[in-house]
Amino acid sequence: MADPPLAEPLEPLVAFGRGLRARGLPVGTGRILTFVRAVAALGLTDRLSLYWAGRVSMIGRKEDLAAYDLAFEDWYRSLRSTEDLKIELDLPSLARQGVEWEDQPEDLDVRAGKTAAEWHGLTEEDEAPEPGDEAALRIVASAFEVLRSKSFADLSEEERDEVGRLIRALAIALPEQRMRRTRPSAKGARFDIRRTLRRSLRTRGEPFDRAWRDRRVRGRPLVLILDVSGSMSPYARALVQFGYAAMAAGRRVEVFCFGTRLTRVTRILRTKDPDRALQEIGRTVADWEGGTRIGESLKSLLDGWSQRAALRGAVVVLCSDGLERGDPDLLRLQMARLGRLAHKVVWVNPLKGSPRYEPLARGMAAALPSVDVFLSGHNLESLSELSRTLAG
Amino acid sequence: MGAMDDRFATVDELQAQLGSHAYLADRGLATAVHLALSLDKPLLLEGEAGVGKTEVAKVLAGLLGRRLIRLQCYEGIDASQALYEWNYARQLLAVRAMDASEAERHVDDLFGPEFLVERPLLAAIRAGSGAVLLVDELDRADDEFEAFLLEILSEFAVTIPEVGQVVAESPPAVVVTSNRTRELHDALKRRCLYHWIDHPGLDREVEIVRARAPHVGQALARDVAEAVAKLRSLDLAKLPGVAETIDWANALAFLGADRLSPGLARDTLGAVVKDHEDQELVVPRLAEVVGERDG
Repeated sequence: MADPPLAEPLEPLVAFGRGLRARGLPVGTGRILTFVRAVAALGLTDRLSLYWAGRVSMIGRKEDLAAYDLAFEDWYRSLRSTEDLKIELDLPSLARQGVEWEDQPEDLDVRAGKTAAEWHGLTEEDEAPEPGDEAALRIVASAFEVLRSKSFADLSEEERDEVGRLIRALAIALPEQRMRRTRPSAKGARFDIRRTLRRSLRTRGEPFDRAWRDRRVRGRPLVLILDVSGSMSPYARALVQFGYAAMAAGRRVEVFCFGTRLTRVTRILRTKDPDRALQEIGRTVADWEGGTRIGESLKSLLDGWSQRAALRGAVVVLCSDGLERGDPDLLRLQMARLGRLAHKVVWVNPLKGSPRYEPLARGMAAALPSVDVFLSGHNLESLSELSRTLAG
Repeated sequence: MGAMDDRFATVDELQAQLGSHAYLADRGLATAVHLALSLDKPLLLEGEAGVGKTEVAKVLAGLLGRRLIRLQCYEGIDASQALYEWNYARQLLAVRAMDASEAERHVDDLFGPEFLVERPLLAAIRAGSGAVLLVDELDRADDEFEAFLLEILSEFAVTIPEVGQVVAESPPAVVVTSNRTRELHDALKRRCLYHWIDHPGLDREVEIVRARAPHVGQALARDVAEAVAKLRSLDLAKLPGVAETIDWANALAFLGADRLSPGLARDTLGAVVKDHEDQELVVPRLAEVVGERDG
């Protein structure tokens, strides 16, 4: 990794980087090297310099700052006690070397390389069809008709696994959104002077063959907001699997869970298989069994500005029984905001599956004016209904 | 490596220099800028709207005596708008004007420098360390563009098939800003140093107002900064940024105020709170936000 003569004094710095990684922060070797070079460039090893050098070079997200602060505190204290602080050597020589642009050892982050490769060549000639275009709505096995209509709350353990598999087989179609970016197209709306000219060179500058471009279309993002309070958990579980299926189909998906507070769980879902993700969510979402404060949870979603951006133009599916413990007026207001921001708001209420159900709960009544589609989602059949609705 | 500038041997010195250009950076930001210059790495700045992300690049360009090249990102931006483009209309005219028998010989001329339209990224590559490149609001561009930018930032070279390779002798200083409407890709983040800019503390904000709007009196500047701090603690959908604080102070000074009162605040609220529902929330609490005072 580092040059042999420097290895020893570098050790505490590298150890700090590794410590961050051990705490789950995405700190690769490249970042640790940057940190070492940063300390060298500053030429100082006082607390403040070390703090900022590390933070600037090894952290890339605001969310990680709190964890960084804690880790730094621990590391710095350990540094003191062991009298390890002999970093004040002539590191500046290191700052000068290897300052090229192409020096990131990506050994730890193979994924990044792959993504960069996927990205390559997308700027111009991207006529390849998008994967999942032929996404049709279908349910794989007709042998499981019974399962289709059984409420999620009544499933046995094995049935639940089976249903989970079926949900993942649901091909989820989402409405499309026309983008500003254009792509070559046989019968587009815009004249492509660039390609026309290039083709005309083959015909001695005579533009016989005209080329066109058209705007790209992309599936709208899907945002799931799931009530995970006590009675709702079997249904939330099914919808998490639904979200997982949408993600696997290459859709942009955001998932939030709430009981009394709102938690973003998209990241968990992206990294794990659905069953392990559910366990993880159970651990992360502290108030799995608490009461329901839909209005407040929505408000915190709509107030977080980066999260609000995720809602813009999205198809939002909110799953809750609508038994609001908070203020119904707050809920009404927040639902109206949500309605203005989103492309479509779908409310999934498993209680609706009961034939005698009427949306009399005050929360539900307050929310309904801003809801585009009201569905039950209590069994597989109604989930495929949800999937059909999303496409429309 | 030319970006390393001996004028900023230390972080403190850079901080002082930024201050003399009316940009009051805290220690963290100054360290980030210092490291970006000395390690030749792009600096990625995130933070809420109006905390002065874009301003960093502008001041830095002034400070270093370099040219500021700005690439404003937007949805749908692509290489032809960011890097270079051929002037097709002009080429077409030239083709028309050519003598048909000599067309083959002239084709090369069609791709000469006079037909090349330079866009910000190409300009930055050509200018090299003579420039500060500002890539503003990268989160607005789509991720294909981010990947493309990543390539440019790692090479600072571009191959134009008809002309040849253009390489920066030494890379320009690069500042990338994002409003976090979406998460930027890890690969890009790894390439950059990262700094999150927070709202400044009260005293610093007063200093910023005084530095940016010198005609605003000390008392008014403090009143405004205090009121804005209270506004930020209210439950607003859009928190006022430093830019709003300065705007507000300017507006009040323009009206001839030397202190802030609830009445004046109501009249000028639009300079600082720019969301209808937020205004409805604030107006009944103005006395509490501003503090009772005869204006």
